[in-house]
Amino acid sequence: MDKAKLELFRGTLDVLILKSLIWGALHGYSITDFIRRQSGEALLVEEGTLYPALWRLESKQLVEAEWGLSENNRKAKFYRLTPAGRRQLQQESSNWAAYSVAVAKVLGATGLNSSEEQA
Amino acid sequence: MKPIPLWRRYARLLGPDPAADVKDELRFHLETKTDDLVRQGWRRGAARDEAERQFGDVYAVQKIGENLGGKMERRKRFKDYWIECNRDVRYTLRNLRNNPGFAAVAILVLALGIGANVAVFSVVNVLLLRPLPFPDSQRLVWFRGGKSLPAKAQAAAGLSGETYTADAYEEFKRNNRSFQAVTAYQTFYSSIQYKLTGNGEPRQLGVVEVADNFLSTLGIEPALGRGFTQEECQKGGRPAAMLSYYFWKNQFAADPAIVGKAVTVNGKPVTVVGVLPASFDFASVFAPGMKVDLLVPAVMDFWRTWGNTLAVVGRLRPGVTVAQAQDEADRLFPHLKVVHPDWYEDYASELTTLRDHVTGKLHRSLVVLWFAVGAILLIVCVNLSNLQLSRGASRGKELAMRRALGASRGRLIRQLLTESLVLSMAGAGLGLCIAFAIVFYIGHQGSMTLPLLASMRVDAASLGWTLLIAVAAGVVFGVAPALKMSGGNLQKALKDNASSMAAGRSHERFRSTLVVSEIALACVLLVGAGLLLRSFLHVLDVDLGFQPDHAASMQVDYDDGGKFAARGPILQEMLRRVSALPGVESAGIADMLPLDRNRSWELTAVGGDSSKDRIAAAFVYLVTPGYIPTLGMRLREGRDFAWSDTPESQHVVIINEAAARREWPGQDPVGKMANGIEKNPVRVIGVIADVRETSLEAASNPEVYIPMTQNADVEGATLVVRARVPPESLTSSVLAALRTLNPGQPAAEFKPLQSLVDHAVSPRRFFVLLVAIFSGLGVLLAALGIYGVVSYSVTQKTQEIGVRMALGATTGRVMCDVLANTLRLTLAGVVLGTVASLGVARLIASLLYSTSPWDAQTFITMMLALVTVALIAGYFPARRASRVSPMTALRNG
Repeated sequence: MDKAKLELFRGTLDVLILKSLIWGALHGYSITDFIRRQSGEALLVEEGTLYPALWRLESKQLVEAEWGLSENNRKAKFYRLTPAGRRQLQQESSNWAAYSVAVAKVLGATGLNSSEEQA
Repeated sequence: MKPIPLWRRYARLLGPDPAADVKDELRFHLETKTDDLVRQGWRRGAARDEAERQFGDVYAVQKIGENLGGKMERRKRFKDYWIECNRDVRYTLRNLRNNPGFAAVAILVLALGIGANVAVFSVVNVLLLRPLPFPDSQRLVWFRGGKSLPAKAQAAAGLSGETYTADAYEEFKRNNRSFQAVTAYQTFYSSIQYKLTGNGEPRQLGVVEVADNFLSTLGIEPALGRGFTQEECQKGGRPAAMLSYYFWKNQFAADPAIVGKAVTVNGKPVTVVGVLPASFDFASVFAPGMKVDLLVPAVMDFWRTWGNTLAVVGRLRPGVTVAQAQDEADRLFPHLKVVHPDWYEDYASELTTLRDHVTGKLHRSLVVLWFAVGAILLIVCVNLSNLQLSRGASRGKELAMRRALGASRGRLIRQLLTESLVLSMAGAGLGLCIAFAIVFYIGHQGSMTLPLLASMRVDAASLGWTLLIAVAAGVVFGVAPALKMSGGNLQKALKDNASSMAAGRSHERFRSTLVVSEIALACVLLVGAGLLLRSFLHVLDVDLGFQPDHAASMQVDYDDGGKFAARGPILQEMLRRVSALPGVESAGIADMLPLDRNRSWELTAVGGDSSKDRIAAAFVYLVTPGYIPTLGMRLREGRDFAWSDTPESQHVVIINEAAARREWPGQDPVGKMANGIEKNPVRVIGVIADVRETSLEAASNPEVYIPMTQNADVEGATLVVRARVPPESLTSSVLAALRTLNPGQPAAEFKPLQSLVDHAVSPRRFFVLLVAIFSGLGVLLAALGIYGVVSYSVTQKTQEIGVRMALGATTGRVMCDVLANTLRLTLAGVVLGTVASLGVARLIASLLYSTSPWDAQTFITMMLALVTVALIAGYFPARRASRVSPMTALRNG
């Protein structure tokens, strides 16, 4: 099957990871799973970038890790949001929303002088 | 997430392992992926390969993980450590609050030790460690002439032997290749007197003449204006002056528009061309103890005929070493002498760095001081170790309990060390205040002939040093008690009294060792101080050859209108009026006083040995009749000068015994003729006892006294008055009398003659004072240590003493035992200390004056003093022991 591979913008992955943890602790594998499913298979997170990103978030204390047992009874490292991570997520989400609206506006422009403010 | 089974929790039993964590996490990912693929229908082997392919470079990711994990682990560990430290500090503070007596004593003792160390470091730093306050100062070189003269001749020639003529200076400057610049200043500061008028009361000025490139060679930027130009240093050049920063501030209220204005010096307008920066004080580098208000250009053509008067300083070219420059000078000066056969000497020179010239003589004294304060700090540490140990005895149970509850030994040691570090930091804080006070005091001893005094302060380097020794002291005095207290047998310590006695005994042995070493250190300090003090007393006891008490001197000015013939009567009238004042016993005038500046000419007996190599130099003083008795110099033979010795009569001189011994050995010099002073031979009319002319320590050299009425070549004029009343009270009446003759006489003050002596001995006095204070401190601390140990052992043995007294021991017997114990410790320390002192005495031998480094009297006195102090320190606990009530002791035991 053909997948539209979308390149993730720098920093976007962090927000997606934080978002995936909002309902509770997850291990790395289920985070990739979550992002893939939620984006309708459009975003494919490479493991080679996911884990370093996770660890960086951990060292920034936006997430914290704990060893636990997975659904298939294996030892796995689970990540959960810290209060700081939660705040960061809110901040980044609203930033992202504002950003995408702005980008959409520009891309939806119809002429050089047709922006709404001037109209 | 399922709850973790218990066994899983111990997966990292041996401590955190970030690398294994990363491996585990990635393995989990790959295995889960493989499982998923198998579920989708892949074969297991292929699924595994596919999972790894999709992942990409596992190894690289693993590396990143290990790095990040390691970093986090370190951060966490540091945080834990920090939290524990905080807890330890809080615990310590609480603990010390509960023992305010211990805390106060410990902090005070540390403050004294650290304060002394920081103060001495601040001085050492300025004088030995820090470069001189000039840019690239290590390239500045000092020239000392007279290298080819034997030591005795150098001493006889004084300053004249070390300085250069204008010609020698200029020729060297022109022909050398080693130096980027060579400059000079005129060392006979008072050959011309300078008087400031038109700015309040007339004022005598401290003035130094410098060559045009003086400031640029040293690398000094004027604070205002500019340095001198070549034109200003020519004969007939425009008179110019530079003000010292403090003179500018005090005399001219820091007038920012001073540059370009004219001030009146010696009745003539002189343009101020610049102000020196606050950081450059001529005197503090080149003439400690002097006050320099003005720099003026040295007109070389004027000094050309004056003989050796210039001090020379050079700045090496980059990359040239002092040795290379020395090598060139060794070749160049003799060559120049060949080119100029009319030169007095070959000016063979010894080149040293300017810093060596300025501070070299102090090197050994300072190192000794440094060692002395180091010894103090050691004593302080030993003392505190002892204090800690005696507290440890009472805390032993608490510590044992904590160990039993799981604290590791390392953890306990850390906690105990935290305690000693907190104490030493507090002590350092207080010690810094003490150091500030000491250094401030030293820095403001203007009359002391120590160079760079004004720049002494507790600076960043001193602060660093404080921190360093505070930490070192904390660790040194903390580590032994910490090891002792945290070790030992847990059970024994937890059990009761009886068995802890044994541990007490081993502590006591250790503590005795500490006290013995403390006494040994104090003994070394005391013996060193004793030797230096004895030398100092010997120096003060030296026969000066004149009587400084009840006499005072003042710079005076007279106006003979440039006519030499008029001078005699003017001086005679001045002295007549001054002598007639009530309270004045006698008065005289000389151009230079003993122990002050000096210069030398030649003196040879007519018909005596005139071989070329012999030493002919003699110090020269031009004096009026009456000066010699006024100063209290003793005339051994012949007569004093009289006002009847006029330019027209036979020219006469008075010599000292050293000159008589050299020129007329075994003969009576009175009536003999001498060459070298004037064009024609002069007649010797008297011999005086030797006078110390350069320092109290150096033996007298040949001296010649010449009547001012017969020789015009004076170097200024200083009035000396011997009085029945304090000379200071005569200032106004003497000034009034002088002004009736010369209205231009500047305001001046009487300086007691004693101040010359004080000035000459000030470095030694300063040094002895410090060493004496330090050794006193050392002995005091040692006494405290003895008291602590003996007192503690008495407390420990209360029960035993009680038993002995119950069995019939008398109080006297008990007291004797305790004192005998004290004596045993003291004697051991004194024996060790004496052996060490013998070594130390050899090191300070060069600082002693007519005192043997093995001076038995000093050694015995100091040993007795130390034993006495120790017995006094032991007496109090001994008395307490003798008062133990057997009943109470036995009941409480």
